[in-house]
Amino acid sequence: MRRLAAALEDFGQMLFFFLETLAWALRPPYRLELILSQMAFIGVGSMFIVGVTGTFTGMVLALQFGYAMKQFAADGYVGGSVAVALTRELAPVLTALMVTGRSGSAISTELGTMRVTEQIDAMDSMAVNPIQYLVVPRVIASVLMFPALTMLFNALGFAGAYVMGIYVSAIPEGPFLEHTRQIMAPADIWHGLWKALVFGLVVSVVTTWRGYSASGGSRGVGEGTTRAVVASSIGILVVDYAMTLVSVAR
Amino acid sequence: MIEVNDLWKSFKDNPVLKGITLSIPAGQTYVVLGGSGSGKTVLMKHVIGLFKPDRGSVTVNGVELSGLSGKALTEARRVFGMVFQGAALFDSMTVFENVAFPLREKRRGVKLDEVRARCLEKLRVVDLGEEVLERFPSELSGGMRKRVALARALVSDPQVVLYDEPTTGLDPITTDYVDGMIKAAKERLGVTSMVISHDIASAFRVADRLAVLYDGHLAAEGTPAEVKASKDPYVQKFLSTWFEKQ
Repeated sequence: MRRLAAALEDFGQMLFFFLETLAWALRPPYRLELILSQMAFIGVGSMFIVGVTGTFTGMVLALQFGYAMKQFAADGYVGGSVAVALTRELAPVLTALMVTGRSGSAISTELGTMRVTEQIDAMDSMAVNPIQYLVVPRVIASVLMFPALTMLFNALGFAGAYVMGIYVSAIPEGPFLEHTRQIMAPADIWHGLWKALVFGLVVSVVTTWRGYSASGGSRGVGEGTTRAVVASSIGILVVDYAMTLVSVAR
Repeated sequence: MIEVNDLWKSFKDNPVLKGITLSIPAGQTYVVLGGSGSGKTVLMKHVIGLFKPDRGSVTVNGVELSGLSGKALTEARRVFGMVFQGAALFDSMTVFENVAFPLREKRRGVKLDEVRARCLEKLRVVDLGEEVLERFPSELSGGMRKRVALARALVSDPQVVLYDEPTTGLDPITTDYVDGMIKAAKERLGVTSMVISHDIASAFRVADRLAVLYDGHLAAEGTPAEVKASKDPYVQKFLSTWFEKQ
């Protein structure tokens, strides 16, 4: 019971932190250079890992779908099936999980170290709000870059599926592409991009909060980072379920 | 200049400050002495508004900081410069970027040449020169980091400089040097200083007024001579650890 109360209190504090971040995001000065720097770190820096994950996910999906659908002589539908699975579900979720592991943990560790070495207090003492300086650029950059990385995942995932489908599973190119056009709609891509945007918000708020509220020296920073990655990953899956449920119900 | 009135603060069930009252006139150096865990840093963080008191008030230049939050508090902090115990330099920035930070944030769009000149001017006050500008904090010694931290605290010409354990972990020569810096900042720049320390020798060298913090309250307060003559048993024991060695 006590642990539940502590967890609820922690969640409430994180919500206040999020609201404070929103309020500071609207106030000048707007630090474009910091936002661009974080976009480079979170977005450009994650391109390799997201690209590799996307390519291999697309290739594996094409092989598995091809194996299953060939039994019903429906392997012409592999391209469309892979495209829908990628755009609506796998691209936003796997991108978010990969970026959480790479950038989210780094954000949490960096802010946590700044907290325990009094760098955040120093910023406060210099009349610079640390939420506005440190947190707002990371949240904005994440919200912008998660959808961009998801599109990269989509593109490379489908390219991987195309190569496997056409050149390994020997699916005729015409039905592969034609059924993709029939099955997948732009709404599927938008659905995945909205998810990615929300995941970017969840991951950035959770990881910055865990770093910002770290205490207890290097051990506290390590614990904060672990909790940030675990909470972000669970948050991604829960939000994904909720958004999918709403989408399907409509 | 700074008025602390009946300040109380607890963390969970642990009372740290129990009704602290003190006054720091403009242009003076006020030292708060005390053992480890006596609440010195907590007191200082109230003075700059980093902590909110459970009861009581902190007033700086007539503005009650304990009642402020958000942008108003951020603005009120502009009168302060603070030197942290571990220097608290931003480790992802060079010395130049560290020292320039308060200046650039206070006046956004200020020209690079002007910023560089101001940074060099303050670095020279602490006997550092152009050669350290592009170094990162990890490339500096402990004493150099403290000096850079002081230059950063002074760069925006604050009215009040707060020093959190400025001589902790320093060798005797560097300690003497840091004491000289605190005096120089007061004499040359006219700043009001509040120093938190457990270094008795250093405290008696730089203080205009002293207080000894023990068990959440001030066990003694006054000029260095008055505090030295205090009859409080804790104060006598605390000071004797150093004076008996002399």
